[in-house]
Amino acid sequence: MTLTGRKKEKIDRLGELAGAPEESGQSLLREAFKRLRRNPAAIAGAIILGLFVLIALFGPFLVPHDPVEPIGVDNGEVRSGQGIIPGISGEHWLGYDHQGRDEFSRMIVGARQTLWVGVVATFFGLAVGSLVGGLAGASYGLGGKWGRRLDGFLMRTVDILLAMPSLLLAVSIVAILGRSLLSVMIAVGMVSVPVFARLLRGSMIAQSSSDYVLAATALGVKRNKIALSHLLPNSLAPVLVQATLTLATAIIEAAGLSFLGLGNPDSAAPEWGVMLADAQGFLDVRPGLAIYPAVGIIITALGFTLLGEAMREALDPKLRK
Amino acid sequence: MTSLAKDGTPASPLVEVKDLKVHFPIKKGVIFDKVIGHVKAVDGVDLSIPRGRTYGLVGESGCGKSTLGRALLQLTPPTGGSVEFDGQELTKLAPGKLRSMRRRMQMIFQDPLSSLDPRQNVESILIEGLAAHGIGADRGERRKKVAETLDAVGLPRWALSRYPHEFSGGQRQRIGIARALVLGPDLIVADEPVSALDVSIQAQVINLLEELQDQLNLTYLVIAHDLAVVRHISDVVGVMYLGALVEEAPSDDIYAAPLHPYTRALMSAVPVPDPDVEDQRERILLAGDLPSPANPPKGCRFHTRCPWAQPTRCADERPVLRQITVEGLETGSDHRVACHWAEDIATGKLRPHEVKAELVHQEAETPTEVAPPSEPTSII
Amino acid sequence: MALLEVKDLSVVFARKGEREVRAVDGVSFDVDAGEVVGLVGESGCGKSVTSLAIMGLLPKRGVRVSGQATFDGMNLLQTDERTLRDIRGRDVAMIFQDPLSSLNPVVPIGLQVTEVLTRHRGMKGEAAKKEAAHLLERVGIPDPTRRLKEYPHQLSGGMRQRALIAMAVACAPRLLIADEPTTALDVTIQAQILELLKDLVRDSGTALLMITHDLGVVAGMCKSINVLYAGRRVESAPRRVLFAQRHHPYTVGLLGSIPRLDAPKGEKLRPITGSVRDVLPWAEGCAFAPRCFNRVDRCVDGPPELVWTAAQHGYRCVNPVMEAETAK
Repeated sequence: MTLTGRKKEKIDRLGELAGAPEESGQSLLREAFKRLRRNPAAIAGAIILGLFVLIALFGPFLVPHDPVEPIGVDNGEVRSGQGIIPGISGEHWLGYDHQGRDEFSRMIVGARQTLWVGVVATFFGLAVGSLVGGLAGASYGLGGKWGRRLDGFLMRTVDILLAMPSLLLAVSIVAILGRSLLSVMIAVGMVSVPVFARLLRGSMIAQSSSDYVLAATALGVKRNKIALSHLLPNSLAPVLVQATLTLATAIIEAAGLSFLGLGNPDSAAPEWGVMLADAQGFLDVRPGLAIYPAVGIIITALGFTLLGEAMREALDPKLRK
Repeated sequence: MTSLAKDGTPASPLVEVKDLKVHFPIKKGVIFDKVIGHVKAVDGVDLSIPRGRTYGLVGESGCGKSTLGRALLQLTPPTGGSVEFDGQELTKLAPGKLRSMRRRMQMIFQDPLSSLDPRQNVESILIEGLAAHGIGADRGERRKKVAETLDAVGLPRWALSRYPHEFSGGQRQRIGIARALVLGPDLIVADEPVSALDVSIQAQVINLLEELQDQLNLTYLVIAHDLAVVRHISDVVGVMYLGALVEEAPSDDIYAAPLHPYTRALMSAVPVPDPDVEDQRERILLAGDLPSPANPPKGCRFHTRCPWAQPTRCADERPVLRQITVEGLETGSDHRVACHWAEDIATGKLRPHEVKAELVHQEAETPTEVAPPSEPTSII
Repeated sequence: MALLEVKDLSVVFARKGEREVRAVDGVSFDVDAGEVVGLVGESGCGKSVTSLAIMGLLPKRGVRVSGQATFDGMNLLQTDERTLRDIRGRDVAMIFQDPLSSLNPVVPIGLQVTEVLTRHRGMKGEAAKKEAAHLLERVGIPDPTRRLKEYPHQLSGGMRQRALIAMAVACAPRLLIADEPTTALDVTIQAQILELLKDLVRDSGTALLMITHDLGVVAGMCKSINVLYAGRRVESAPRRVLFAQRHHPYTVGLLGSIPRLDAPKGEKLRPITGSVRDVLPWAEGCAFAPRCFNRVDRCVDGPPELVWTAAQHGYRCVNPVMEAETAK
């Protein structure tokens, strides 16, 4: 009744084939990345953002004209007082703006500041929000009675922030800190702090009642180690997704602040929000001046949103097989 | 107890639980929480587990058996009572001392997937406990210990670099066992260790647990809803109903001579894979559902569903675990039952009668009770 | 002719960009009126997919169903969706494992039962309500008139399963398919539900297809038992014949894996090695061969055929277990 030679091998080989996974140790993150690559929305988002980042990084070195030089006024082609702003031409691909500067060059160079503001503001919000939310979540989940009190205090503070209309909050922060690029970033970031804080806290509290946290406690692992090596890594996915989505709104909000005249005091420096704000006086003469930066903002925000949503899908444990 | 260790000498108890209580407050209120009642998940349990033996705790969902296991390990703080582990009182231990004590008492969980951190590979899961207790001087020594444990639970070496989701249910449970085992514990509390596994895998895990006990002289508290599994693996079986033990006996006695009406009902409800047994045996069908542990019945907690309930004593006097003597029935000195009428039921003097099911409302469910076991999803 | 005849049923899941999975592979069995037939197997053996395929409840996309499932002379697999909808609930009803997710959480129990009565029996208003209360009482729900107004979450697991059974039997179906109806329940509640199902079959002559992983459950109630492994029927027999002599090593192993309540203490369990993942494709040989204690060279020569004995006992094995209890 023994199996001999080839046939035994055949069984063993086929059994292994069905039983063992082909590649060695695939972490969840790598699997999520694999799923992301198969999602057309993610690819579209990634392409948009890739282009955007390339433009922001290398654009300023490649532009045909100086974005702050009023070329059109100097050579007399632009007389905005009389409503004369020439449009698209071979020399100036998107025409001049109201101060005679090359619109195309301004768009390209403006991408850098727009990206910079968005990234820094989101990072600020993510850092502060995660700190507050992570502390609150960990102390609620693992800290017993005093932990719950600390969580209560932190969350009520966050609730106050959340209760304020976001634009009002941003405007007040800029008013307090004074007009500067940094205060715009802080203001925009501050608006997203409560979102990140609540999200991370909720996610950590949900994780803290899971079996593997109980298992770690039973193992005798210290509480702060549990918080850092189990709770935090398993709670970060929704926060990272939210960060991608927040980048989109941060860009729009920063543009909004510039539009209200609370942006970078160096108004000559090109930025899409400022450009949009400046264009409002010339909507009937040259609507293009408003359309170009607006389209730029929309496409970039769309890129971040597409990627963010795709990430949410890829990281969702419920959609995993 | 007069339990004997496997070599015949009297075994000293490793764990002594006395009058253990776990009450969860039921809170209500908009701004300030007001305690409006308590879910008495565990309400006065005494038990003792001899060194090197297995105590099996059986009961249906909501009876408090899981909470008891967690309270024993101080994972859920007990409301009252004492837990003595190897002569040390655990309920009064300082947090730091308790933490280092955990090396000696470990736990195995029901759902092997959810009790493993999805972001840790097997090596890091197994090393975590060693690091927490400072076992092993360096990485090399720890890896050696991990490799030995892996062999002991029958997992291949390549498992080290894999993640929990890459394993089958049975292999995951082996990882969970390895995690508990690597610390070299004296006591392992296994909460439904096989109920989430496929039938053919259950036996592998049960056999593994038995082999490990023989090799390492482990003491087990096995908690399960399946009486057949508990009876198979345990030396002593305790039957729980609504937060309290109703019967405790050596596992052979509990099958041969169940004394408590609830044990009888439970026993008669377990399906046996044998048509002759199934066709012949008489089922004691219980009426209705388990009453809410927030508002347990007065007197004997089982009297609302008990087919042997009597007009006197049952409804107003809470029975305690006691030994009984019945003529013509061999009941050992370690067979105890909490029923006022156990003697008369055993002799057949009292006959079962019809019970009308009572309405039981699903409210305040026990917060930490595990979900009833279910088979892993069957569609692919 | 049997009430339900399933012949050569195959279900293939073929999602785009993924490997095809043959979940059910040429399964055949009959269910007669008034009898209980068991489909037994572990997770992934295809037992649930079989029932969903019969009911036409599998998604249309990415799934290929072939074979026949003839109910009362009509092939359910070829029937259009509208006719199927009429048959479902009226002639064929189904009970699922998880009663909570099978009930609508925001609609009172009573309304969910009367809905079935209105849809299939044309009953309305007070009459429907009365009949609903009567049905709940029949399945053993205490104080049925009050229960009608309650929502699923207010009932216990056992009561929910009873409510589902009440809905299933509302139209006196001729065939009842129960997919792990007691797996989520406690043993004492399981005993109540099984007893209830047995009574229903005995009193109304309904045919019952019982799908479960628990050999103990089928031992007590099924007239004949089909054991599935990796999508194929590996053993089939009337229950007494099967439990008297298992021929397929898988069935032998399955029974050896279960601790028996009435077994003497100290008896070792004999588990099946490996896991359900270790299967061989049926085209190569016997899918169970990698885990089998009784395997021989011929196991991998090709797909084994079902062999029938005189006692209506079929087994798909080239080296069956012949003498009682020979598992090692």
